[in-house]
Amino acid sequence: MITLKNISKNFGTKKILDGLSFHVNQSETLALIGLSGSGKTTALKIICGLHLPDMGDVLINKLALNEHNLPLVRRGLGYVIQDGGLFPHLTARDNIVLVGLEAGKTQKEIQTKIEELSKLTKISSDLLDKYPRELSGGQRQRIGIMRALFLDPEILILDEPMGALDPITRKELQTELKELFKRLKKTVVLVTHDLYEASFFADRILLLHEGNIAQEGSMAELLNNPRNSFVREFVNAQNRSLT
Amino acid sequence: MKYFLFLLCLFVSDTWAKSLTVGSKKFTESVILGEVLKLGLEDQGHKVNHTKELGGTAILWNVLTAGDIDLYPEYTGTIEEEILRIKTKDLNHMRELLAQKGIGMTESLGFNNTYAVGMKKKLAEELGIKTISDLAKHLDLKIGWGDEFRQRQDGWPGLQKTYGLTHTNVRGMDHDVAYRALNQGDIDVIDLYETDAEISYYDFHTLEDNRSHFPKYEAVILYRLDQADAVLPLLKNLEGKVSNEKMTDMNRAAKIDKKNPTAIASDFLKSELGKNISFETSSRSDRILKASLEHLKLVGVSLFFAILVAIPLGIIAMKYSYLGNAILIIVSAIQTIPALALLVMMIKPLSLMGFSGIGDTPAFIALFLYSLLPIVRNTHSGLKQIPMGLQETATVLGLSFWNRLFKIELPLAMPSILAGIKTALVLNIGFATLGALVGAGGYGAPILTGIRLDDYGMILEGALPATILALFAQQFFDLVEKYLVSPGLRL
Repeated sequence: MITLKNISKNFGTKKILDGLSFHVNQSETLALIGLSGSGKTTALKIICGLHLPDMGDVLINKLALNEHNLPLVRRGLGYVIQDGGLFPHLTARDNIVLVGLEAGKTQKEIQTKIEELSKLTKISSDLLDKYPRELSGGQRQRIGIMRALFLDPEILILDEPMGALDPITRKELQTELKELFKRLKKTVVLVTHDLYEASFFADRILLLHEGNIAQEGSMAELLNNPRNSFVREFVNAQNRSLT
Repeated sequence: MKYFLFLLCLFVSDTWAKSLTVGSKKFTESVILGEVLKLGLEDQGHKVNHTKELGGTAILWNVLTAGDIDLYPEYTGTIEEEILRIKTKDLNHMRELLAQKGIGMTESLGFNNTYAVGMKKKLAEELGIKTISDLAKHLDLKIGWGDEFRQRQDGWPGLQKTYGLTHTNVRGMDHDVAYRALNQGDIDVIDLYETDAEISYYDFHTLEDNRSHFPKYEAVILYRLDQADAVLPLLKNLEGKVSNEKMTDMNRAAKIDKKNPTAIASDFLKSELGKNISFETSSRSDRILKASLEHLKLVGVSLFFAILVAIPLGIIAMKYSYLGNAILIIVSAIQTIPALALLVMMIKPLSLMGFSGIGDTPAFIALFLYSLLPIVRNTHSGLKQIPMGLQETATVLGLSFWNRLFKIELPLAMPSILAGIKTALVLNIGFATLGALVGAGGYGAPILTGIRLDDYGMILEGALPATILALFAQQFFDLVEKYLVSPGLRL
């Protein structure tokens, strides 16, 4: 579904990605974790075409990503960032329908889709006419998910989507979204700092370090068979923060 | 550019109908003589505009040769020193040289308004100063020259050479303000015009020009030769009709007795040429209304065009960073050009493009140019301050360039853009008063006249409405903000 082949990316003289390669299967949820500056968000932005790699290829549905086919490829992507990435000057409804109007959907199609997505994400209709600043963090994130799902994309790209939520809301949303992504059979690439969130959501975890994969596997594999001292230290640090 | 200017002028120009235009300098004597010319020519059946208080010699001469005015009062010493820059006492030679530039010169009107240097009588006696040479012994004197005198070859630079004066406490100021400053003791020495009414009114002492530095300043009328047939019948009648005493009396009537210059001109034409000329005077409320409409037109039209140009420039500056710096540097540089210099510099280029160098057009262009910086800069910074996450989200959502710009970026930058427009508007309300220097009217006209006549009522007639207009504009923009800025950004 998504393939990164030998991707390198520098910002100025700083090397961010150094020959990164991985593949995400259809309907799979892959989590990218790592320290700040490890390259996980850059990898995500390269998949979305926000950055072009200095070297290497990105293939989405076997189509090599380039600046000519970007608009087409982006129609098949849903993108959610921390706090939902909602535009503050638009109501929740206007945020959601933005992509529908751009895609030339009729008002009837748009209304039907909003009703369907409201049920899926448990958003009541009275919240749709509120501005983002009038909504709670969890509500903003649900609206962001509604917008990402509006055109029914095959792929969802999530950049630390739960980062700004309190622990209770976070847990509630994690459970609902995991169930939702599986039900809709979406291919999901998730960036998070949190190893346990990655483990909860993902079928597979990629731990990045200095622009490449330090270790790939399940939570249990990272815990029980760390490949090197960095992986051991990273996992132990996350364990310590919970105890 | 030319089409843009044409469009701008189409909005604003009220000078298309061909008529005679009289100009006058920014001092009372020139305004009175301008009114004499206006009433006299109207009496002969011409349609005449009098563009009053058009600054100094540089502006008047430029607009005369450009054809924006047809005649104005001048002095032979100024023609010799400042316009032709030759040493000649021969008026016929002077006339020949002017004719080569398409300009005619009358014989003397009958008075010599030479420059002089003056002090308060008491101080001059205390220091024993009788001649200009005596000034060299008192280097601590505070000197206040009229702005034009300070620069002119026959003014301060020439005086320094002739008399070896090395004073350092020298400042430039408005000629009319200088009289009041001298009387109050704020300064010790000023330049005088010999026919000024204040000399006898304040009993100032005129220092003897013991090295004959100042040439003769016979009053004449300069006129365009292509209008000679229209203006000469009156001008010939005026030659030799204004004595020094007569001119001083007329200046006193205006400046000391606060008589209307039009009434003074009418009385002169009656006494000297036997003409009974009626004229209309306007009430204070009529004058304020007229100035308000002129001021609103100046500010409104220039701001409208500035918004049309500056917002796209701000967008280009943001989207194309290699152009951005150049755009911001250019609009910043424009802002640093002094208003008077900008107005004068525009006379020739506007004339070459077929537009008037005085009146609304240069004022509109100057105000338009001064409005660019706040709007361009705030549009640029408003767009730049959109959080990176939102910019990237708009990109990944696949919005087209225009949808992204109009649905996301400009609405998010709107508070900043409106703040820029509000700044430009309030600044322009102040700047627009300078339009009076090129005959564009507005609140600047009563302010200039008030300064000239030492009439605080007249100054307030321009200054107070300008302040009220600025406050009103702020309130108006607060309302506009409610309509144009999303409630989501105001929560």
